[in-house]
Amino acid sequence: MGLYCVAVHMKGGLAHTNMISMTNLSYSFSTSPEAPVFSGLSMNVRQGEFVSLVGASGCGKSTLFKIIAGLLQHTGGDLNVLGTISSDPSLRLGRIAYMPQQDLLLPWRTVLDNCLLPWELNRTGSKTEAVRNIRNMLERFGLEGTEQRYPHELSGGMRQRTAMLRTLAAGHKLMLLDEPFGALDAITKRGLHRWLLELWGSLEQTVLFITHDLEEALLLSDRIYLMSGGAGGGVQEFLVDLPRPRHYRMNYEPHFAALRADLERRLYDTYIS
Amino acid sequence: MTRTYLKKFLHEYGPFALLVLLTLAVWESAARLKLVPAFILPAPTAIWTAMLEQRLLLFREHLPATLQEVLLGFVLSVCCGVLLGTGMHMFSPLEKALYPILVISQTIPLIALSPIFIMWFGYTLWSKVAVVFLTAFFPVVIGTYDGLHKSGAVYKELLLTLGANRWQILRKTQIPPALPSLFSGLKLSMVYCVIGATIGEWLGGSRGLGYFSRRMAGNLQSAEMFAAVFLLSALGIILFLSIKLLENIILQKRGIHR
Repeated sequence: MGLYCVAVHMKGGLAHTNMISMTNLSYSFSTSPEAPVFSGLSMNVRQGEFVSLVGASGCGKSTLFKIIAGLLQHTGGDLNVLGTISSDPSLRLGRIAYMPQQDLLLPWRTVLDNCLLPWELNRTGSKTEAVRNIRNMLERFGLEGTEQRYPHELSGGMRQRTAMLRTLAAGHKLMLLDEPFGALDAITKRGLHRWLLELWGSLEQTVLFITHDLEEALLLSDRIYLMSGGAGGGVQEFLVDLPRPRHYRMNYEPHFAALRADLERRLYDTYIS
Repeated sequence: MTRTYLKKFLHEYGPFALLVLLTLAVWESAARLKLVPAFILPAPTAIWTAMLEQRLLLFREHLPATLQEVLLGFVLSVCCGVLLGTGMHMFSPLEKALYPILVISQTIPLIALSPIFIMWFGYTLWSKVAVVFLTAFFPVVIGTYDGLHKSGAVYKELLLTLGANRWQILRKTQIPPALPSLFSGLKLSMVYCVIGATIGEWLGGSRGLGYFSRRMAGNLQSAEMFAAVFLLSALGIILFLSIKLLENIILQKRGIHR
């Protein structure tokens, strides 16, 4: 299933294929069309990229994710996901991996059964093969020995990794991660950054990532979009020109600190404007 | 090992047992001292003797009759209740149409309907089953319906993004968390079944513990009447506990913790 072991980090050659592109995208609730959640959103995510989305709480980041995933219909502008423009968002369902803010592991299922959920829904390939795949991934995710445990027996970090594994097990090339590390303490988060950076190169995924943690955004992303909601909103692009492969201790380097200061200032400007 | 078990048992049920024993002792002495006439309140020992004397009639004739009505009514309630609850959950127009009717069905005084049941079904088993069904299906519908709503929108959205259809969403993320609520409904329904059967037998018939207790009350044979009432209560408790046992087994097997 959807795990492709490629040793080199995929960039360059394929980097021009757009996985997501949007122009002037807006969304408003039908009850208040004159006050959109966000508007004038233009951005793109290319294949193999890791792009982060930062912005104030309530500026519509999670709503944007739901639109891309196909759970909501945008109210204005154009949206092209995986090369198809469709007015029916439900056609996108089941084609994009989406990991919501809470881990949403099913508490009555073991780790293995939770990760088998995507397979159960689509039944592509045999079960033995699916289980073998999950077992391999559990090992790479540092979760060996937990497959028969229930979610409440896991630590917060393990739960997040399990949820991410389940998201990956769906086998889609495009992943939307909504603050996956938001609820974790600083130490656990650091550990997961380190783990993700080591694992990342081999996963060959395209990721759009929501976070409130600027260091996290800089450490993980190729580009960052600063988003502001409301009628006069929009996005600003921020390039992260740190070399890959990245290392979790990069945030002590002076260039990183300069980037961080710059990002913080620009984010602050979007708050007050 | 057995000692600690005994200790735990005493700690759990000791106060209850003590209260029952004390009540029985006061009751027995009040009856023996003729503080209350025997036809109003017979002594516990007299009830016990009556039960032994009538055991053939009680256990061979009336208990099986009542049990049959209860179980038939229960199975019918569970089948219809679960189907209806699930249907209302899956199809919102059905919910809008049926919910008020369900509530209305519970506000109708059953006793007032009984002559109609007798006209429809005669003095057969089915007139009792109808009463049992009407009292017992409501908790099952509500238990199912409310239970299926427990998991909320977040799981639904997650499953949708994984490409699930509505039946898969129901099976994978809505039924498992609904089980505790469903079992609460089943336990209530089981107890209501015994009450419903008793009412049904009071209204007309020739068999069953309810019928027996009413006839005995008419004859001022209070000890026999109390024996039948005691048996009805014991029946309810045993049936309730068997549902609870089933619940524990199923929930444990499925890894659901309340």
